[in-house]
Amino acid sequence: MKEDKEIPKENSGRRKFLKLGFLAGGAAAMTGIGLNALADDDTTTGEKVKVLTSDGKTVLVDSGNIENPNCAIAPAHSVSRAEAREGMPGKKFVMVVDLAKCRNALKCQDACNKHHYVTGKNAWLKVYKMQESQETAPYWMPMTCQHCDQPACVTVCPVDATFKRRDGIVLIDNEQCIGCRFCMAACPYSVRVFNWSDPNQGAAMSADADHAPENSPEHAGHKSIKGTVDKCDFCPHMIRQGELPHCVTSCPNDVFLFGDAYEDTVTNGSGQSVRLSQLLEDKSGYRYMEGLGTEPSVYYLPPVDRTDNFEDGLEDYNEFQSVKP
Amino acid sequence: MTKYEELVAELAPRKFNKMGVIWTIGLVVVVLIGIAAYIDQIIKGQIVTDMRDYVLWGVYISNFVFFVAISFVGSLTAAILRLTNKTWRTPLVRIAEIIALAAIIMAGITIVLDMGRPDRLLNLFIHARLQSPITWDVIIISTYIAISALILYFPLLPDLAILKDYFKDNAFLSKWYRILSLKWEGSTLQWAIQKKSIKVVALLIIPVALILQTVDAWLFSTTFRIGWDSTNLGPYFIAGAMVVGVGSLISVMFVLRKSYKLEKYITELHFDKMGQLLVFACLIYLYFNINEYLLPAFTAPKAEEAHLQELFTGHYAPMFWFVTIGGLIIPILVLIFPKGRKPFPLFIIAILVVVTSWWKRYLIVVPALLHPFVPIQGVPESWHSYFPSLHEWAIVSGTLAAALLIITILIRYLPIIPIHRTAKEMGILPNEKSEES
Repeated sequence: MKEDKEIPKENSGRRKFLKLGFLAGGAAAMTGIGLNALADDDTTTGEKVKVLTSDGKTVLVDSGNIENPNCAIAPAHSVSRAEAREGMPGKKFVMVVDLAKCRNALKCQDACNKHHYVTGKNAWLKVYKMQESQETAPYWMPMTCQHCDQPACVTVCPVDATFKRRDGIVLIDNEQCIGCRFCMAACPYSVRVFNWSDPNQGAAMSADADHAPENSPEHAGHKSIKGTVDKCDFCPHMIRQGELPHCVTSCPNDVFLFGDAYEDTVTNGSGQSVRLSQLLEDKSGYRYMEGLGTEPSVYYLPPVDRTDNFEDGLEDYNEFQSVKP
Repeated sequence: MTKYEELVAELAPRKFNKMGVIWTIGLVVVVLIGIAAYIDQIIKGQIVTDMRDYVLWGVYISNFVFFVAISFVGSLTAAILRLTNKTWRTPLVRIAEIIALAAIIMAGITIVLDMGRPDRLLNLFIHARLQSPITWDVIIISTYIAISALILYFPLLPDLAILKDYFKDNAFLSKWYRILSLKWEGSTLQWAIQKKSIKVVALLIIPVALILQTVDAWLFSTTFRIGWDSTNLGPYFIAGAMVVGVGSLISVMFVLRKSYKLEKYITELHFDKMGQLLVFACLIYLYFNINEYLLPAFTAPKAEEAHLQELFTGHYAPMFWFVTIGGLIIPILVLIFPKGRKPFPLFIIAILVVVTSWWKRYLIVVPALLHPFVPIQGVPESWHSYFPSLHEWAIVSGTLAAALLIITILIRYLPIIPIHRTAKEMGILPNEKSEES
């Protein structure tokens, strides 16, 4: 075209604009990377402190990673955000729920609500009245977060506020969550709850002598924050102390077993340990909605050979309440 | 006055008459009420909405999807129809671009209103996770805002230069038209650059628009939920966007034509063409609706069956049939006939299409959330249903009013119909070389 030939080959205006554009773009990218780097919470100070671990060893830990550097023994429930993100390497925590034993006593739900200071109207652990069809038998089914190995919630979180750790536990960082609730939309097990208003855990927490509020998502009783998501966390603060999650220990019927899949051992509330693989083989364990491909860490043992009537559980059943005021 | 001067006088932006002022003030009031409701939501938390742990997304999200869908009209008219090289679309292109820009800006704002922690908005950039569909959405919406602004701005340059001269007696307006016209003189070089720029942007906006609608659909179809986990959803949303986009364009162009007395430029032919486009869009959308709703009923698994039953005969039936019959069947039946494509009947159908489209998105978002895989137990009875609260209505109305306000302000200061291009097509340009694209 004739007009094209009239455009001068040297166009200083365009080059200036492009140069400016690249510089501005480069500056923006640098700022982005800079902000990203700043966001990493590296609290190391370089100063090392001697710490006694729960299995009797003495280790040197950077004092920046200890909440109270003057304390010779790191308190069991204070963990830095960075450590909370990583978890306990070399472990894979699993839970087994024996549906043959559940009678809807709801002690698990009460313990979980109490120890996590759940103030909303939706519990983290719910015992469902399940019945696949009119033709099949009803049964009670406790459901916690399944801590999936292919978690739908982690995939869809846009801000890295929910994450899967090296020990298999899926946690939520309430300081980073933007409250978009995409994780709740994605979870097929409906285990996540939202803080629609201020959780007001203050009174309950200050009354509890054991409680020490931290920002770490690993600590039970960590502040629930308005506008963010919460869910079952497999009680990592209890695990670090060598204890079992609250639901496991509070169940009067030994419905729950919890343990490390790499050690192939799970333990129930009464302290009895069994081989996980043997248990699953003997009692034909399965995972709920296996076909979705979420790879849950919770196994269910079918409700066979029950000694109690399902109807006995109806006494404590409240369709419209899971958190007692 | 020459014919050209007459044209400029007719198409140059005019001051608002009394109706215009009342309209604008009304919109501002609605927006202010929305802002007040939003501030209350920030203070008290989203407990002021009717959303709870099961219906975790409500009208904020369906309203967001509505805005994203409308924004499609910009690329449809300015880019896709551009490929046909027909000149009848000239008077409509700018209106379409203005509507699209207002819609996509409001989509970006609306999604923030749904966030539980809007104070952490920057986390979406600092801690962005590229695997999340929301991150894709952030990227594509930002891109679309930029590209829509450009496709509105580039063709505006010659007109801004004309207005700079036309308003030379008004110091303020003249100054701003001059600045925004970027020293446009209509030289050969400038025309060449403008033509190339518009071509590039028009080509780019088509894939961006299609990706935008698809990513919007993927916010739902990347979950397992019945009613959302559908392979149909991407193209379904694209077709739906075409329907509501054309519907909005027809509604706005009818109102502008009457208020500004533009019957000479926006003729019955334009309504006829737009009506044909609307019925075409509705037929495609009907096809996708059949695939989405009718076909699953054929071999529905239990969960699918329960969801469909809710829509066909259950709690959501009145809304479903209103949306399907009012928003699809009636428009198709009326618009197949030329009489139905006359300005006024077409306008009524277009309004019906827009209103039903808003409720259609509500039907896409809410009922699916009430059919989770695990039964709804252990929560208060009120959590088993959802209807937007007063706060939600106030905020949603505020966003709709804000969109109309953006359109109103742009129309107040920009020529609705491209002046230079119309003059060129009418062959009444004063002697100057022009390479209008």
